Amino acid sequence: MSAVAKPMNNDAILKVEHLSMRFGGLMAINDLSFEVRRGEITALIGPNGAGKTTVFNCITGFYKPTMGMISMHQEGGKSFYLERMADFEVTRDAKVARTFQNIRLFSGLTLLENLLVAQHNALMKASGYTVLGLLGFKSYKDASKEATEKARYWLEKASLIDRADDPAGDLPYGAQRRLEIARAMCTGPELLCLDEPAAGLNPRESQELNKLLRSIRADNGTSLLLIEHDMSVVMEISDHVVVLEYGQKISDGDPAHVKNDPRVIAAYLGVDDDEVETVRHEVEEGAN
Amino acid sequence: MATVTNPSAASTGSLTAKALREATFTAVMTFLMFALFIGLKTDQNMRNELILVPRWGMLAILVVIAFVGRFAMVAWLQPWRTASKAAKSAAPTVDEDAGFVKRNFSKLAILALVLYPPIILWIFGVQGSLKYIDNFGIQILIYVMLAWGLNIVVGLAGLLDLGYVAFYAVGAYSYALLSINFGFSFWILLPLAGILSAFWGIILGFPVLRLKGDYLAIVTLAFGEIIRLVLINWQDVTKGTFGISGIPKITLFGIPFDASPNGFAKMFHLAPSSAYYKVFLFYLILLLCLLTAFVTIRLRRLPIGRAWEALREDEIACRSLGINTVTTKLTAFAIGAMFGGFAGSFFAARQGFVSPESFVFLESAVILSMVVLGGMGSLTGIAIAAIAMVGGTELLREMDFLKHVFGPDFTPELYRMLIFGLAMVFMMLVRPRGFVGTREPTAFLFERKAVSGAFTKEGHG
Repeated sequence: MSAVAKPMNNDAILKVEHLSMRFGGLMAINDLSFEVRRGEITALIGPNGAGKTTVFNCITGFYKPTMGMISMHQEGGKSFYLERMADFEVTRDAKVARTFQNIRLFSGLTLLENLLVAQHNALMKASGYTVLGLLGFKSYKDASKEATEKARYWLEKASLIDRADDPAGDLPYGAQRRLEIARAMCTGPELLCLDEPAAGLNPRESQELNKLLRSIRADNGTSLLLIEHDMSVVMEISDHVVVLEYGQKISDGDPAHVKNDPRVIAAYLGVDDDEVETVRHEVEEGAN
Repeated sequence: MATVTNPSAASTGSLTAKALREATFTAVMTFLMFALFIGLKTDQNMRNELILVPRWGMLAILVVIAFVGRFAMVAWLQPWRTASKAAKSAAPTVDEDAGFVKRNFSKLAILALVLYPPIILWIFGVQGSLKYIDNFGIQILIYVMLAWGLNIVVGLAGLLDLGYVAFYAVGAYSYALLSINFGFSFWILLPLAGILSAFWGIILGFPVLRLKGDYLAIVTLAFGEIIRLVLINWQDVTKGTFGISGIPKITLFGIPFDASPNGFAKMFHLAPSSAYYKVFLFYLILLLCLLTAFVTIRLRRLPIGRAWEALREDEIACRSLGINTVTTKLTAFAIGAMFGGFAGSFFAARQGFVSPESFVFLESAVILSMVVLGGMGSLTGIAIAAIAMVGGTELLREMDFLKHVFGPDFTPELYRMLIFGLAMVFMMLVRPRGFVGTREPTAFLFERKAVSGAFTKEGHG
């Protein structure tokens, strides 16, 4: 990554400690610990079925973990234990937003409306929990204008402004991905969790996505945690990579380190455990 | 070559032949199918013996109908439809400016409704207008209001509620019991009935929060039945199936509508007639309807309304955006129920009599079909559906001339449900998304574009 201009405050924004998740007899995540540092792009990678999305669902409150702690430390100093919170509270109070692997947009609402729904809690307060808004108070009109401006900002940033008044379901796939990210950003998160944002994108769309993610981090100061299969995306934009296999962490470090880790190579290429040493040997030879 | 040089003549000829062939086939099938059902009838003769009465005439009529119908369909209807489809797709999609009527539809509709009673009074006189103002006007407007109330739950929030009539019942009985036992006036009890219904909406909402789709529908259906059964069986309070009669009339700021010296008719030196009360009720329910529409339109532009629609589209996405779906669903149930309660208390005041008979499941089904027929979420479409369904029923009563066609025993209103069903099947074939299949966006940046029904979801429960 290019040198960061301003000194980044590199303390952990999200700490996952001894996280375990059991579905019946299946241990989907087994004693997983890792950190997401503030102002960084952290990637969570691993082969299919490694438990990446389960980790995401635990962090965002959609699953209650069997064991472990997930703590979120906000810029202002407030801390939240995410495993104790309901899914909507994780977004509303702890300021952790997420997207989904299979895009979940409000397909019958327009792009603008999608982004306004994301600002629900702020607008709800401004409308006096509906009462003042129903009576036509000015405070709601102002807040509504402000929310529209915020939506316009994100539509421009995701290069979707031309289609602001079209239904979200009418967008092509790549644009839907960008809209989902813009929508998550409209909730004003400090940590944005993206579940396979580059899945199904062509190389050009993938580049646009990288640009968008980088600018989210640089301009909005949002930390990112992403699950990704596309190694080119991971290696290009992430500062920190965590590798999962069978629910356990097998590697953790910067992209260059992870790329050369024999256990990661073994996991991705599918080598038996006793062959790991051989692979390591080959890698080291190749590096020399 | 001949077919190439004169394709139209050749195709016309083959089309007629094809139509004839298919019509003959259909006629034969009809004959085979109905030969035993219609062609022969079992009967008893004077000696109590079973005899067969042949009805060949009727069978022949059916066969002819099938033949002609199929022929017309193949020979004329199908080519016409393909031609019109081709013409439609060939025509450039120019957004022509909507006409004056279309642009100002709701304003014109309100104006027409406001002018309706005086015009009817002028045409039919004081006594003659009763039927038109009461049976057509008030009756339809009550259903419009109910359907608009249910629209909040079903059309906006996407929660399929088959027990909506329960809230109507709660409103009606609240007014009936509180006005008879405590003598409160309508103007106090109207909001009170709304609040009580909203309260029951929340009570229904809690257990069904976790349910979706069919399960939600079944539980709401059960809730509606529970309320009705309580009304029937709690005889000390509700007088059971006898119902409650003698419910006080509504007064106009203290002026009663009766023949007393300080009544409305005397005060304005008019001939005493119940028509004035009906006109008053008409304007009252019109106001209540407009209130419902106003609140619904406002709510859609407020975060809560958008959250309802988002909930209909995708509940999990809603939660991921920090929306508390529990309170969002409960407010939908409560506000929908509140309008049901308003309509219920108005209904009790207008009838002067309530009984559990008025709150059967069929009412829920009728209100729900108005919402679905109208196009979920569209106030205009739902109003049109309510007019068609309730007005259509009332019109059937008026169709005395049918007696001359089908004989003096023919009572058209008995065929109400049959016609309902056919009309609904037909409507859903022609316009699967209801009369108004598009959705009006609640906000726009550059231009207001209606969202095609193809993108909106019906909700998951």
